[in-house]
Amino acid sequence: MHADDAGREGLSGGSTLLTGAREADRTRPYAEGDPILEVRGLVKHYPLTRGILFKKQIGAVRAVDGVDFDLAAGETLGIVGESGCGKSTVAKMLVHLEPPTGGVIRYKGEDVTKLSGRALKAVRRNIQMVFQDPYTSLNPRMTVGDIIGEPYEIHPEVAPKGSRRQKVQDLLDVVGLNPEYINRYPHQFSGGQRQRIGIARGLALNPEIIVADEPVSALDVSVQAQVVNLLDRLQAEFSLSFVFIAHDLSIVRHISDRVGVMYLGRIVEVGTDEEIYDHPTHPYTQALLSAVPVPDPSAREHRERIILHGDVPSPANIPSGCRFRTRCWKAQERCEREVPLLAVPAVFRDSGTPARHDSACHFAEEKRVVPPEERREGPGAAGEAQPHPPDEDTPGSGGTDEGGGEGR
Amino acid sequence: MLLEVRDLHVEFHTRDGVAKAVNGVNYSVAEGETLAVLGESGSGKSVTAQAVMGILDMPPGRISGGEILFKDRDLLKLKADERRRIRGQEMAMIFQDALSSLNPVLSVGQQLGEMFVVHRGMSRGDARAKAIELMDRVRIPAARERVGDFPHQFSGGMRQRIMIAMAMALEPSLIIADEPTTALDVTVQAQVMDLLAELQRELNMGLILITHDLGVVADVADKIAVMYAGRIVETSPVHEIYQAPAHPYTKGLLRSIPRLDQKGQELYAIKGLPPNLLHIPPGCAFHPRCPMAQAVCRTDVPPLYTVDEERRSACHFWKETLDAR
Repeated sequence: MHADDAGREGLSGGSTLLTGAREADRTRPYAEGDPILEVRGLVKHYPLTRGILFKKQIGAVRAVDGVDFDLAAGETLGIVGESGCGKSTVAKMLVHLEPPTGGVIRYKGEDVTKLSGRALKAVRRNIQMVFQDPYTSLNPRMTVGDIIGEPYEIHPEVAPKGSRRQKVQDLLDVVGLNPEYINRYPHQFSGGQRQRIGIARGLALNPEIIVADEPVSALDVSVQAQVVNLLDRLQAEFSLSFVFIAHDLSIVRHISDRVGVMYLGRIVEVGTDEEIYDHPTHPYTQALLSAVPVPDPSAREHRERIILHGDVPSPANIPSGCRFRTRCWKAQERCEREVPLLAVPAVFRDSGTPARHDSACHFAEEKRVVPPEERREGPGAAGEAQPHPPDEDTPGSGGTDEGGGEGR
Repeated sequence: MLLEVRDLHVEFHTRDGVAKAVNGVNYSVAEGETLAVLGESGSGKSVTAQAVMGILDMPPGRISGGEILFKDRDLLKLKADERRRIRGQEMAMIFQDALSSLNPVLSVGQQLGEMFVVHRGMSRGDARAKAIELMDRVRIPAARERVGDFPHQFSGGMRQRIMIAMAMALEPSLIIADEPTTALDVTVQAQVMDLLAELQRELNMGLILITHDLGVVADVADKIAVMYAGRIVETSPVHEIYQAPAHPYTKGLLRSIPRLDQKGQELYAIKGLPPNLLHIPPGCAFHPRCPMAQAVCRTDVPPLYTVDEERRSACHFWKETLDAR
């Protein structure tokens, strides 16, 4: 499930995501190794109006305000951010549930935002979504079979009428549910099982890209791990590309090849999981990482915590210059005037360290906030724990094979 | 001891039968102490708290046994008006969702001031001044200007601060916080948790922190009680439980959390699903999901074994669990 980094870099001349040279690619046909999805300058503004009969626009909620990223085939891109940062709006635009105000979404080189009719339908088949809340995203009056099979009504070419029931049962089996449950209703399932149904529905059309918007945040910890493992397995099995949107940084690290951090409608830092988690250079990323509660009380002593003051500003009233400056402890006058671009900061341009990645900060500086020594502490350290496929646990054997290194 | 819950049983009568939400819970909180009650949905952690607070919906709920001793008085034997006097003055609760717990059509100043009008017989004007003082105390900027604002005009973190202010208003000796930061973003979560811990120290209150998040607990709690299917399965001071859990459920929970500091391969997952409270498995309720389960686990309910002076574990094989790390 590793990123096709070479292909991506080769295309953009070894440079970063945000190069003008990229525009030339537009006319080139899609080739093997190109990003399967390219997003450039994606914008979604919701107008704020006043008056009833004669509506006058008095402003806009700038939910997404210029987002760029690439998704390589077979890669998982994680997008993290706090509520209101626009991450879910990005997801909705990717699957065409919301029309963008501006920018392009290129799927295999083709701008999806300009498509309509049959061509759009074909693309939508290949980009499917898994929703956050398994309690409200399944129709309570439909059976599981109807829910998972509904995509075939819209795209009958995928499964001829006679074969649908079999297909649905296969899907149930793939996501780890009993195929005999096909006639049951959503309320007869638990949260984790319902999320599996949502995933099966997302897989029904054999898509290439799955956009998952907080797919596990409504689930209990013990069940969450099962669903994350399922997503991991499905990705390998069906060579899917994932856009994984979440607010939980630990889960995003676990599942992603690359991670983008969003703040107020923009990506402020993007890189591989190691670059973002072990070598963050944007102050917001650092604050976000340091605020994550770590389930280990002994970690708290050798861990610096950056507590941000205040709240996220309203997206209807975004600060000038750097949008993070109102909460940033490094903010200077320059941050007020000049919008920092998402690119490799000048200080790291010649360094060979993982700090060399895109970060939208004038005063980018590497700061390690997740101490590396935590790796070997506590029973939660899965580094040495053997993966346990849930069904292979036999009495007496499970949970007994962890290696040393854990002080009591 | 400030609060002592003894062998508490709560059940809900539903159309499908009797759901046993709490099955013999014991815990205690001293002044100035923070007890974290940890559990997944349906473990009975909130129901226990509601029984302590006296806000359980009855019916369908019913307290079928046990005692709740608060300052040496059994709350379950008090009359409704006596309990009402305790509630708010001596114990208060902070809920998860501040927006739905605050009244949308009253200003926050009115809602905060009401505490003083009702319980202390203050005039409206004095109560308003008190409300501003409280808002200052929980560090809401420009309290004087914002005292007339309505809940929807505040952000999530600010609303949770107002909830905290309301709970602290009459300086109770016990606060129950039910998932106080679950609905908040991580950066705000830290602010709110710090505020809560600071006020608790200042007023030397007992704090019961109900949560499903092992991370939040690690930073603030003194001791932890882990609940599963309406029972406490492990109690321990906070450090030990993370280092060496003595119950397979706790251990599984700790191992199934993805960690910030590493990219794991496959996550450890506890197999199966949490039990249906209408049909709790016989013996140890965790046995169908437990990797260590033996025949005895299917028949005998494990008592809370003494692991050491401060630790208890409801597992027949707690020794093996400790050793097996």
